Parts: sequence; structure tokens; C-alpha cells
Amino acid sequence: MPTMNIIEAVRDALRIEMRRDQRVVVLGEDVGKFGGVFRATSGLYDEFGADRVIDTPLAEAGIIGTAIGMALYGMRPVPEIQFGDFIFPAFDQIVNELAKFRYRSGGQYPCPVVIRTPVGGGIRGGHYHSQSPEALFIHTPGLKVVAPSNPYDAKGLLLACMRQNDPVLFMEPKRIYRASRGEVPEGEYTLEIGKAAVVREGTHCTLLAYSGMVSIAEEAAKKGEAEGVSIEVVDLRTLMPYDIDTILASVKKTGRCVVVHEAPRTCGFGAELIAAIQERAMDHLEAPILRVTGFDTPFPYTLEHEYLPNADRVLGTVRQTLEW
Amino acid sequence: MVAVQMQDDLRRVLDDEGKLLQGVKVPQLSEDTLGQIFDVMLMVRVMDDRMMRLQRQGRLGFYMKAIGEEASHFAVAPLRPTDWVFPSYREQGAWFWRGYTVTNFINQLFGNELDPVKGRQMPVHHTARDLNLVSISSPVGTQIPQAVGAAHAAKIMGKDDVAMTFFGEGTSSTGEFHVAMNFAGVYKAPVVFVCRNNGWAISVAANRQTAAKTFASKAVGYGMPGIRVDGNDVLAMIQVSTEAIDRARGGDGPTLIEALTYRVQGHSSSDDPSVYRDPHEPDAWEKRDPLNRFRTYLKHIGLWSEELEAGITERHNQAISDALAAADKLGPPPIESMFEEVYEEMPWHIAEQRDWLLRQARTKSPHAH
Repeated sequence: MPTMNIIEAVRDALRIEMRRDQRVVVLGEDVGKFGGVFRATSGLYDEFGADRVIDTPLAEAGIIGTAIGMALYGMRPVPEIQFGDFIFPAFDQIVNELAKFRYRSGGQYPCPVVIRTPVGGGIRGGHYHSQSPEALFIHTPGLKVVAPSNPYDAKGLLLACMRQNDPVLFMEPKRIYRASRGEVPEGEYTLEIGKAAVVREGTHCTLLAYSGMVSIAEEAAKKGEAEGVSIEVVDLRTLMPYDIDTILASVKKTGRCVVVHEAPRTCGFGAELIAAIQERAMDHLEAPILRVTGFDTPFPYTLEHEYLPNADRVLGTVRQTLEW
Repeated sequence: MVAVQMQDDLRRVLDDEGKLLQGVKVPQLSEDTLGQIFDVMLMVRVMDDRMMRLQRQGRLGFYMKAIGEEASHFAVAPLRPTDWVFPSYREQGAWFWRGYTVTNFINQLFGNELDPVKGRQMPVHHTARDLNLVSISSPVGTQIPQAVGAAHAAKIMGKDDVAMTFFGEGTSSTGEFHVAMNFAGVYKAPVVFVCRNNGWAISVAANRQTAAKTFASKAVGYGMPGIRVDGNDVLAMIQVSTEAIDRARGGDGPTLIEALTYRVQGHSSSDDPSVYRDPHEPDAWEKRDPLNRFRTYLKHIGLWSEELEAGITERHNQAISDALAAADKLGPPPIESMFEEVYEEMPWHIAEQRDWLLRQARTKSPHAH
């Protein structure tokens, strides 16, 4: 089986779907001849031409607004927002339009647009190339939010997103775009949207993580193992709708839980997860559910290594739940 | 660069008295079509009058009239049924012209169990997928880039469909207007932008929306023609729109049409223009009333009589009365419908919330009529 990094897996998924379905088009800033600033669409322009790999003018509201019109007309647009930090000029088009079209039209106008965007820090990008805005979009009824952490999931989930009929925000972990490498089957396969994966089994505490934080959680689990702490790591993979069954099964098994995300803490996705767990599994909990997250500050440049959750902080927080 | 056609002069076909002007292009319309146009214009007038009265009686939550602006709606008249329309919220005539029924129109206003959008949007936010009329939303300008996308998609897919979008002059201040015009110019998308310049964006006059001499002039910066037309002259609207649609379908790209008209009454049933404008300002415009001018024209060419108009008005009134009577017997959409079609398939958390609500005691609407 070939190995790929996340960029290659995303590109493979796009290529497979564009070959299979003439309605699929890619659009965004620099996605054409250049192949995108992270090279995710590299080679697609040569294969599919300027009509299906569209270099747009620089305006995110225009990228998403036109993608919506294309989807309504019958195409399957996959717009790229160059950095998640640049998505806000398109916020109204995503939140009030894209996510609402099916509902507000009484089911007459589905709007299958898959927005791809790189998120997260760790690349020395400062506030405007590092944010993790998922909570704003999870909080948007009508939108699905998918956040893979590795090449295999990225390809299988992206293919699944392009083959269903709801709008999706597909968040790609840019820090490990190339660092995360693994076996990826050639050709087609899809992964079910809404399903988490237990990526490491353990008995003392559950770590809930997604996107770029899964590798941090796994690193913490490895360190923990060496110190006699058995940590289960759940990769959520889809954030909306999230996989409550897998989460609850793990937490009921371990009795403890720590949520890890890069985004700011207050009203972050961890808050929702913790609320959902305690509503359903209070009797199984041995300790309060804790969080390791980014801080409620703008994302810093020089001190980003201090801002981002790391394995030691995660393991230390797991210990806190064990010592409760 | 594309050669840009620009004109500050208003395109007109009829003078204020409804007589054909000399030396102007006149749209080639059959007597039947002229009759249908008059029929639909009357429908808008009758419907608006009836619905506003219902609103004032407290029987309808909200309404938006188009009185004095009906002619501008007929920019859609030269479109084919396969073409797409991305409307704003004041183009009732475009809906009726394309075949939207009085029943659907009224059921939407009441948000009842037969409302095509299932009680999910406030009045005047229609949708008709079978007529290629796209769902209306309240934030202004969002539909403009969407129209460009649909037009561009048609071009990519090798079809010769055209998209038309409507918006008011206030909306030309939004980012989305400029973004969409720019994308359309770059893509040479087959789209027609219809700006209804009715002088007022709720309480703010058109001269507070732009320092440019005309709204049509904004087309220049985006490499497309900007045409100014008398928006109270239905024949001029149709002529200018025909030219823009032909241009789009022929592969020559987008056109911005500024339809100069006037909002004779309030922005909506919630508005009170006496607070912010001279109560006599509308007087001058009432003389240019689009229905009157078209009526006079039809009379000149022998296609109008008092009996004919009385008959049409009676038919429309009857259709409205029938639809209202039927709507009176309808209840609200079922509670479950609130949770449906958020996604294609209902996810677990929404099903859980639905089931919870169904177990609660029912709440009575404070707005029930």
C-alpha cells in the first residue's frame, strides 16, 4: 500500500472525485496553475483545465457565494479557503446562506458545497495563519464540520463529504500536512461521517482530541504508558454531528476524560463535549472532566509554543483526574 | 479590456402619458403577451392592497408592497423558464410571471402547513424550485454572488442558461455587490444584474448610498455595460432586459441594469415614511405610475377597456379570496417539521431534541390569529 501525507491524500481524493463526477469543481485563491499555497490542488489544473480548477479573484465572500450558486445549479463545488483565518469575509454566506438553504427553502434547494480549509497553529504564522475557528461553525445548524487528523482519514472522509448532499466545512491540520504520513489505499474508499475512532486503547482516562491535537494526545498516551498510566485516545474525526456513542462508551469504560483542542477555551468545542458527557454518564465519572486548550487570547506569534497544548500538559492534566 | 458602453440617459419606450416615444427600440411583444403583462401587473397591485389590509387588521404578521415598482419586475419577462432568478424581497411580479400560484404565495405569508417553505421564514421569503426561483433571504446582497455562481456553472456545463438577480440601490453599498460584479466581469458570466433604484433604503435616501452620478456607472469598474432605464416603463424594462439577456446568452458577459423607480409607500408594513421624508415627495411619482402608463398605452392600441380590467381584477380578487378561505382552514406545520431538513438525514442530536420537545406540554403562539 502506498504511503501519503495529508496533502497528498487530499489531492488524491479530489482527483478521484473529479475523474468520477464531472460536476465536481475546485475553486479558490491560487488553486489553479500554482496548485494552492499548500499544493493540495497541484496537478489538477493540468488534468482538468481552467473551467474545473478555478483561480478566483481574491474575495472569500465571492468564493463561497459563487460556490453556493454553482451548487444550486447542480454542480459539486469544493472551494478552498486558503487559511481558516481568512474565512470570515465569507461568514455570512456560510452561516446564513449555505447552511440554511435546504431548511429555509422547505427542502427544495439542497446546497452540497464542501469547503476545504487549513486550520491550527504551529507553523509560525501568528494570529492570521493559525486559528482554529471550528466552534463558530459547529454552532451553525445546517453545516457539517469534519476534522481529520491523518492521511487515511483525510482521503476517506473527503471522498465521503463530496458524495453526500449537505454543506461541509472540511478542516485540515496544516501543521502536520506533510509530517503526518501513513498508508493510504489507492483508489476509492469512504469513511462514515459522524464516526469517531478509538486510535489507542487504555483504561485509566479518555482523551478526546481531533485534527492537529490527536498526535499530541497520542504522544501523551505513550509517555503515560511508560509511567504506568493507561490512556485511551479517541479521534473525533467529525465534530458535527459528533459521535456521542463512541465518546460515551470510552468514558464509561475509563471513568475519566480530558478534552484537548487548540482553539480558545471559553465556549470551545470541549465545553459542549463535557456538557454532553456529564448529562449522560454522571454515574460513571470518577473525576471532573478537564480541558487542555488554547487560551482565551488571540493566537500569539513568538510565544505560540507556550500557547499550544503539548503532551506534557495533557499528561499532567490526565494525572489531575487520576489524583482527584 | 472589454469596451464599456455607458449612458447616463434613461432608456425609455413610453412617455409619462403612456405614448410610444419616437425613434426608440420597442420590444416585439404579441398582443397576448402584452395582455399577460397587464394581467400580472394588476395581480401585484391587487395582492399588495389585499395583503396590506390584512396586515393592518392584524391578520397577517408582515408584508412588503411593491406599489409603483411593478414594472421593474418584468425584467424577467424575456427569460426562458430554464433560466434562473435570484430575487430580493420586492419582486412579486417576477414570481407571478413565472407561474408562482396565488395559493403558494398566500400560504407562505401565513407560514401554514401548506407553506412551500414549511413555516420556516417570515412572510415574503418565497421559494419555487420548479420555477428556478431561488429562496429569498433577508440580509441584502447575498443573492448576487450566488447568481454569478449559477451563471458561471451554466457556462462550465455547456448550457446556455442565464441567471438574473434583483436588488435595491441600497444593496449596491454591500461588499457582496462589488464582489459579485467583479467575479462576473472576470468570468464573463451570463448574468443580468437588476438594481431597482427606488430612491429609498428604508429611511435612507439614495444619495446616502453613493457619491457616483448613477448606480449604473458602477458597471464601468467591472468591465461590463451599465444601462439606466425608466423602471416605471414596463416596455423599456423588457427591451433593456432582452438586450442584456441576449448579450449574456450570446457569451458576451454580464450587464448591470439600473431601473429608476420610486418606493411610493413604506419599506414594509413596519415602516412609517412620514418620519423621514416629505409627504409630498411621492406625488410626482404617482403621475409616472407604471400601471397607469401601461394601461394608457394598451388603451391607445385598443387592448384595454374598463370591462377588461374589471374582469381581471375580479378574477384576481376571487383567487385571493379563495386562497385566503382555504388558508383559514389550515393549521401550522407539524412540530416535527421544525427539526426536519436541517440536514438531508436527521442527526442523533436533533432527533433527541425533537423527541424531548414532543414530550413537553404544548406552548400557544402569542401571535396566533
